[in-house]
Amino acid sequence: MYQFNVYRIGPEIKLGSVDISFTNASLFMVISTLAVLIIFNLGAKKKSLIPDKIQLLAELSYSFVSKMISDTAGSKAKPYFSFIFSLFMFVLFCNMFGMIPYSFTVTSHIIVTFALAAFIFIGVTIIGFIKHGLGYLKLFVPSGVPIVLLPLIVIIEIISYLSRPVSLSVRLFANMMAGHTMMKVFGGFVISLGIIGGWLPLSFSVALTGLEILVAFLQAYVFAILTCIYLNDALNLHH
Amino acid sequence: MLVTSAQSGESGGMPQLNPEFWVSQIFWLVLTFGLLYIILSKLILPKISNNLESRKSQILENIETAEKQREESEKQLKEFEKIILESKLEAKNYFNEARQKILDDINNKRNALDKEIDNEVNAAEQEIINLKNASSEKIKNIAIETSSELIKQLIGEEANNSSISAIVEEQSRKIEEKQNGV
Repeated sequence: MYQFNVYRIGPEIKLGSVDISFTNASLFMVISTLAVLIIFNLGAKKKSLIPDKIQLLAELSYSFVSKMISDTAGSKAKPYFSFIFSLFMFVLFCNMFGMIPYSFTVTSHIIVTFALAAFIFIGVTIIGFIKHGLGYLKLFVPSGVPIVLLPLIVIIEIISYLSRPVSLSVRLFANMMAGHTMMKVFGGFVISLGIIGGWLPLSFSVALTGLEILVAFLQAYVFAILTCIYLNDALNLHH
Repeated sequence: MLVTSAQSGESGGMPQLNPEFWVSQIFWLVLTFGLLYIILSKLILPKISNNLESRKSQILENIETAEKQREESEKQLKEFEKIILESKLEAKNYFNEARQKILDDINNKRNALDKEIDNEVNAAEQEIINLKNASSEKIKNIAIETSSELIKQLIGEEANNSSISAIVEEQSRKIEEKQNGV
């Protein structure tokens, strides 16, 4: 599990009594952020009527996220577009950079994904209460449920609501970690079976790499779309 | 497998659950993601949105202009067709006029020529008639003279000129009758 190790790069930085040293995790966060910024800055710079490749990439991503938001959360979610877009791109690039051998996968750490999910959860809850006041609590009382079942349903709804940050963060973290671990295990098989039997796990490894790239995209997408769905609950009170 | 177990043994379980760098990770996450969000939302995304909007409006504008130009060209095509039709008609008129003119000219000239020819023919006929008449008169006179001369030499005396002329007249009438009648 060496690939998931976090280690300090450079000197120890302390803010008061807490350690905020620059680590390999920080390095890959910075790399992902810079990559997103550079690519989208290049894509936004040109203003040609017929876009070139990088402009097309930026504009397609923009339309893709824009469509995703309007499909799941409606037009009210427009002000949160920048946040969802940043979130999607950040997670996607962190996942993708993790696919490079000897790199570090930021999103394979529960603390990172949990921080993101907790921020989303708190933010969505605040938005819900601002938009609907105490009426936001109606989210826990689905309509058309028999009175007898209502206490049970409300408890279930509250638990499911509170478990959102956990499920959101664990889903991303577990997917990334499991994928990388599986690649590691198959890589280990290649070494231990040697040149005669190693070809089978090697071909598995190649196939898994393709699968992991798909998973990297898919998990970023799922993370963003679930955020949209939570936002939709807060904005439109579906129950 | 040996390598794997050796390495995982080194780090002692999941490194994710080691809280040593949790605060650092959260700190850098907030820093980088915050920066990403601010720069994207303030600088980059509005530009992309503008680009998309301007492209949309540009395309709409272009379509509108194209539509306008198409209509104009259709109008011009119609005008052009009208002009062609008109000029065709004009050409036809010109042609007809010219033909009429030429025909008139030809008729006039022909009429004039016909008249001239008629006149000449008439004149010639008249001349021929005159000549004929004159010649028959002359022939008669010659006949009378030669007859009287012959008679004088044969008989030796003067013949009556009037009786000879009467005979000649009669003979010539007979010849004429022969020529005309038969």
